[in-house]
Amino acid sequence: MSVVFQKPKSLTSKELHYCPGCPHGIIHRLVAEAIDNLGIEGRTIGVAPVGCSVMAYDYFTCDMVEAAHGRAPAVATGLKRSLPEDIIFTYQGDGDLASIGMAETVHAATRNENITVIFVNNAIYGMTGGQMAPTSLPGQVTQTSPYGRDVKTQGYPIKVCELLSALDAPYYIERVAVNNVKNVLKAKKAIEKAFRNQIEGKGFSLIEVVSACPTNWGLTPQKALEWVEDKMIPYYPLGVYKDRSEEAN
Amino acid sequence: MAKVTFNEDICKGCGLCVDACPKHILAIDRNKINRKGHNPAVMTDQSKCIACAFCATMCPDCVITVEK
Amino acid sequence: MSEKVLMKGNEAIAEAALRSGCLHYFGYPITPQTELTAYMAKRLPKMEGGVFLQAESEISAINMVYGVAGTGKRVMTSSSSPGISLKQEGISYIAGSDLPAVIVNVQRGGPGLGGIQPSQSDYFQATKGGGHGDYHLIVLAPSSVQEMADLTSLAFDLADKYRCPAMLLADGTMGQMMEPVVLPEPRTGIVEKPWAVTGTQMKREHNIINSLYLSPEILEKTNFERYKRYETIQEKEVRYESYLMDDAQYCIVAFGIAARVAKNAITALRNQGLKVGLIRPITLWPFPTDAIREAADKVKGFVSVELSMGQMIEDVRLAEECKRPVLLCNRAGGMIPNVDMVISSVNALKNQVEGGR
Repeated sequence: MSVVFQKPKSLTSKELHYCPGCPHGIIHRLVAEAIDNLGIEGRTIGVAPVGCSVMAYDYFTCDMVEAAHGRAPAVATGLKRSLPEDIIFTYQGDGDLASIGMAETVHAATRNENITVIFVNNAIYGMTGGQMAPTSLPGQVTQTSPYGRDVKTQGYPIKVCELLSALDAPYYIERVAVNNVKNVLKAKKAIEKAFRNQIEGKGFSLIEVVSACPTNWGLTPQKALEWVEDKMIPYYPLGVYKDRSEEAN
Repeated sequence: MAKVTFNEDICKGCGLCVDACPKHILAIDRNKINRKGHNPAVMTDQSKCIACAFCATMCPDCVITVEK
Repeated sequence: MSEKVLMKGNEAIAEAALRSGCLHYFGYPITPQTELTAYMAKRLPKMEGGVFLQAESEISAINMVYGVAGTGKRVMTSSSSPGISLKQEGISYIAGSDLPAVIVNVQRGGPGLGGIQPSQSDYFQATKGGGHGDYHLIVLAPSSVQEMADLTSLAFDLADKYRCPAMLLADGTMGQMMEPVVLPEPRTGIVEKPWAVTGTQMKREHNIINSLYLSPEILEKTNFERYKRYETIQEKEVRYESYLMDDAQYCIVAFGIAARVAKNAITALRNQGLKVGLIRPITLWPFPTDAIREAADKVKGFVSVELSMGQMIEDVRLAEECKRPVLLCNRAGGMIPNVDMVISSVNALKNQVEGGR
């Protein structure tokens, strides 16, 4: 008997606090699998955001830093500039990365900062009870858009991959999803690539993971993943948005 | 020759594994309540398992270990 | 090599930081401290392991500082009043995570966008919090370009010793003036920091740099532990200058540029026959409470000379426990009290206390 699948070593034994069916657990595991496969656990430092995954520092076995809301790319920049041989990743939600942290995100990207950014986009502010996010869809009902997001007064969603790809500098930007097995396996590959890029000193890699929030969307885990397929992915198409590696030329 | 182990105590009964299984051999056991207060997912017919690990791939809580 | 060089205050801070083993600097241009940023931009890229980055904002800069501080290395940021306001959340995080770092505030007139001339109106912000939560910064107030250098070195040492951020609270005059200075001897400033995040190398449990404690019992405990360290700082690290206090009948309390004006006023007042002395706090936190309380037993009154609407005067009154009158001699908005104004204030105090002409 050989093991086909088991919990990665880079995840601690602490039980995850996320809601049943929350894809954070899947995405944490994909990050840990990448760290395991690349053999970098001993020289990785992760930066946790403010959001449902604020306590990510308890779930990864590597050194971890808790950042102020939105500031993870700046904290990661400090870490990377101090320890260029270490592998630095941030793990951020949509409020953290695309609302309060938009400046830090854009500037880390435009500096081609050699870090790995994992961006979890579930179109809502989960931790604080379901308010509108910069990535909430037009018409989406949230606690702060109770009549549905009105684009006239509340603006249109931000498409982070498209936005950052307009910059010259960032090395790799890809959008993936985790709503079914096929997509999870693609996401796993993308996340590992984003870490490998950093190991090779290539620069800024961002993987946007289209995720879900069953609790605040008011859906079962199954229905939530269907909503990802039917509504989120058409608005946020999956694929590689920026690839400055030689193969892409 | 496939063996799937569930760490029932940490299962949150989300059911994503049940949906993912191509052999439809997983189910939420409504007669069991684990120490977290959830109905955990269980294997109903190990002999049909092909060790594809789709269940474990979709599980957010690393409940499932797959061996072959 | 203890030669004297003529340097601008802002640049003396930068050079002293580099000689204290600070190889990481993040900043943003803002008057009147931009020379510090520019100096670091020129020097750090040429130094082995030197990191200079002009951040996208003062907020990003303080968070970059937080990142480097977590790795246990010496790191600095500098700004002026409005930029320091932006940094407050980050400073609270640094304090709450028990990290050493040095923050330089070259104060300008406020509030709001204010002006670009000197002030001391960030005293409250520096000494009473500024950021949210219970914490203190070690606050050092230089009064000469020499002290801009010396206190920068001291700031790094104290920050490392107590795992606490330190602030150099200068004003625009200190930043802009040029004076001869003996720079500190270069040192690595490397201190063992087993709590730092550097990568576990698979040899230890992971370290976590964090200030989040959802359990109120644990958060309370961290607060009380931190305050024990602050008590030690208050016992051991108070610094002040006592100038002509031995026979003083009146005491001026002033720091930074105000202290220099006060000394000239004291010379003039003593020529007029009035015995006046100066207590010049060098640490604004911890405040030289004992020195002022002891002086209150000997002098008839105090004058607090400030470039603000009166902030340090509250600490003077607290320290002397309402034993004696305390007058405020102040200018604001970038104006600097002059010698005549200080003389008038002391005379007004004398008239109030002794009555008569």
